[in-house]
Amino acid sequence: MKILVCITHVPDTTSKITFIENNSKFNSAGVQFIIGPYDEYALSKAIDIRDKQGVGEITVLNVGTSETENTLRKALAIGADKAVRVDSEPISSIFTATQISNFVKNNSFDLVLMGRESIDFNGGIVHTLVAEMLDWECVNPIMKLDIVGDKLLMTKEVDGGKEEIEANLPLVLGCQEPIAEWKIPSMKGIMSSRTKPLVVIDPIPVSIGSKVLAFEVPQPKSGCKMIDPSNLEQLVELLKNEAKVLN
Amino acid sequence: MSILVVVETQDNEYKKSAYDAVAYAADLAKKLSKSVTTFVLGEVANPETIGNYGSEKVFIAENWDEKKDIVLTITQMISEEKIETVVFAKSPVSETLAARISVKTQSYLATNICSIPELSGSIIKIKKSIYTGKGFIVEELHSGLNILVIKKNILQAQLSDKLAQKQVIKLAEGKTSKLVSKGITKATGDILLTDAQIVVSGGRGMKGPENWALIEDLAKTLGAATGCSKPVSDMDWRPHHEHVGQTGVKVAPTLYIAAGISGAIQHLAGVNSSKFILVINKDPEAPFFKAADYGVVGDLFEVLPKLNALLKSA
Ligand SMILES: Cc1cc2nc3c(=O)[nH]c(=O)nc-3n(C[C@H](O)[C@H](O)[C@H](O)COP(=O)(O)OP(=O)(O)OC[C@H]3O[C@@H](n4cnc5c(N)ncnc54)[C@H](O)[C@@H]3O)c2cc1C
Ligand SMILES: Nc1ncnc2c1ncn2[C@@H]1O[C@H](COP(=O)(O)O)[C@@H](O)[C@H]1O
Repeated sequence: MKILVCITHVPDTTSKITFIENNSKFNSAGVQFIIGPYDEYALSKAIDIRDKQGVGEITVLNVGTSETENTLRKALAIGADKAVRVDSEPISSIFTATQISNFVKNNSFDLVLMGRESIDFNGGIVHTLVAEMLDWECVNPIMKLDIVGDKLLMTKEVDGGKEEIEANLPLVLGCQEPIAEWKIPSMKGIMSSRTKPLVVIDPIPVSIGSKVLAFEVPQPKSGCKMIDPSNLEQLVELLKNEAKVLN
Repeated sequence: MSILVVVETQDNEYKKSAYDAVAYAADLAKKLSKSVTTFVLGEVANPETIGNYGSEKVFIAENWDEKKDIVLTITQMISEEKIETVVFAKSPVSETLAARISVKTQSYLATNICSIPELSGSIIKIKKSIYTGKGFIVEELHSGLNILVIKKNILQAQLSDKLAQKQVIKLAEGKTSKLVSKGITKATGDILLTDAQIVVSGGRGMKGPENWALIEDLAKTLGAATGCSKPVSDMDWRPHHEHVGQTGVKVAPTLYIAAGISGAIQHLAGVNSSKFILVINKDPEAPFFKAADYGVVGDLFEVLPKLNALLKSA
């Protein structure tokens, strides 16, 4: 099976987010970048599928500038066979999805695995866009995936429950835990990641429907009202008259 | 020319988020001197009441059926009614529809909008939440057609007693999904975390799943949904879909109550859209207090039952 895994290059989940140059640019100083956590589930699942079937090939793709290559190399170390970088800032969800679907059209894949959502843009939408552009079906977010013959059996998380879904390839899937265990790169993996192919391709043009004016960070809370545990009546009072959540 | 709002239903009524979306559209319509038309995904008993929130017209499908081609129906509506803005309230169903319509119509799609629209001249300015609520991006919309997906709690609706003019339409025949559903299992009796007005969450400080009655009782008193921190669901004390945070559910209630949760940055990322936060923790240095509006330093095994008793009699 030929699998494409789309990964993001995002700040580590503990990062403090700040902006510089008059709030026009993300401040990457001191920030450690990682493979998007949900994307890492997608990659881990792809490796499980390939290793179980004993055949197949995994390509990882990122739409990003040259800074993301370390993240792509990490995906190669974890076990992907090839990496592709579409050389551009991921300007919008539509832009990114257009690049991914174009790559899929030019290289035949059976399955496209992505994360449930990116933790920078949180769109949760690139998979659906890609599927629509390819005229494929998309299922997101899935917590379990089994391949039986030519059928894919999936467990999808729905509002307050789970849905079992069956479908045929080709498909675009958004992954989340516990779909697969994260893999720790082996010494051999790390060595071979330097020689595995990492191809850089040019983006195709997309008309952008918006203009970024500025970035902002949230206003800090104005201070926490501390209530003595022996005086919870005061808390009830605040919940009633200030937060107005009791009726 | 009007703004189209596409809304979901639940148990023959509008979903609460429908009112949020229509109120947002009405605010934008006022600023642009346009009107609001609502399209209902499903059946509601009194569709005209959406007029109270500022929608002049409401489209309902006489042949409501999820299996019909909704994307095609809305795409046709956009071109026939010369729509330039479509508003959805964030949910898996709405986001999927919004994405598919934006591809079909080659329009701009903005998700996670978290503040009321502004205008610079006649150009719409929006604010989107990024980095899981740790940042925002402000942008101007320059597309001929813009599809906007909004988060909860953006603005208070201006209510009136106006009714919307109802128009019955027919859903388009077209493409149907090739996915086969083998059934849905619901976690019974739960209030949906993402829709809840109040959420009560427990962390590792709860010590074990056997103590969760404390969380559930308080939730019951308040009509709240229950949540937890990630280690709690990792240890299987609580189901995975209850875990709140960067890698779990993002909630946006009026009140979020956290008991025995330290307030790690990954947990805060899931709760930073809450209007008020109450933290109960025995450690006065717990980082969660910095993000809280109300704090109680104390043993949750004493505080939770006491608070519950007081609320019950309040
Ligand atoms: C990639 C990644 C993603 C993550 N995503 C998430 C996420 O989405 N959501 C999430 O929650 N976490 C997430 N985490 C984990 C996060 O870093 C923290 O480890 C986690 O939130 C801590 O959970 P906790 O607060 O329940 O436990 P702890 O940090 O152990 O805190 C327990 C708290 O309970 C208090 N306590 C103990 N006993 C009592 C008592 N009797 N009365 C009152 N208070 C008491 C303690 O003072 C302490 O503050 C993620 C981590 C990583 C690396
Ligand atoms: N710049 C990108 N490069 C490659 N894949 C991406 C990129 N942005 C998003 N994706 C994929 O799309 C999924 C959903 O992203 P989003 O819609 O931004 O939440 C992610 O989990 C990734 O798998």
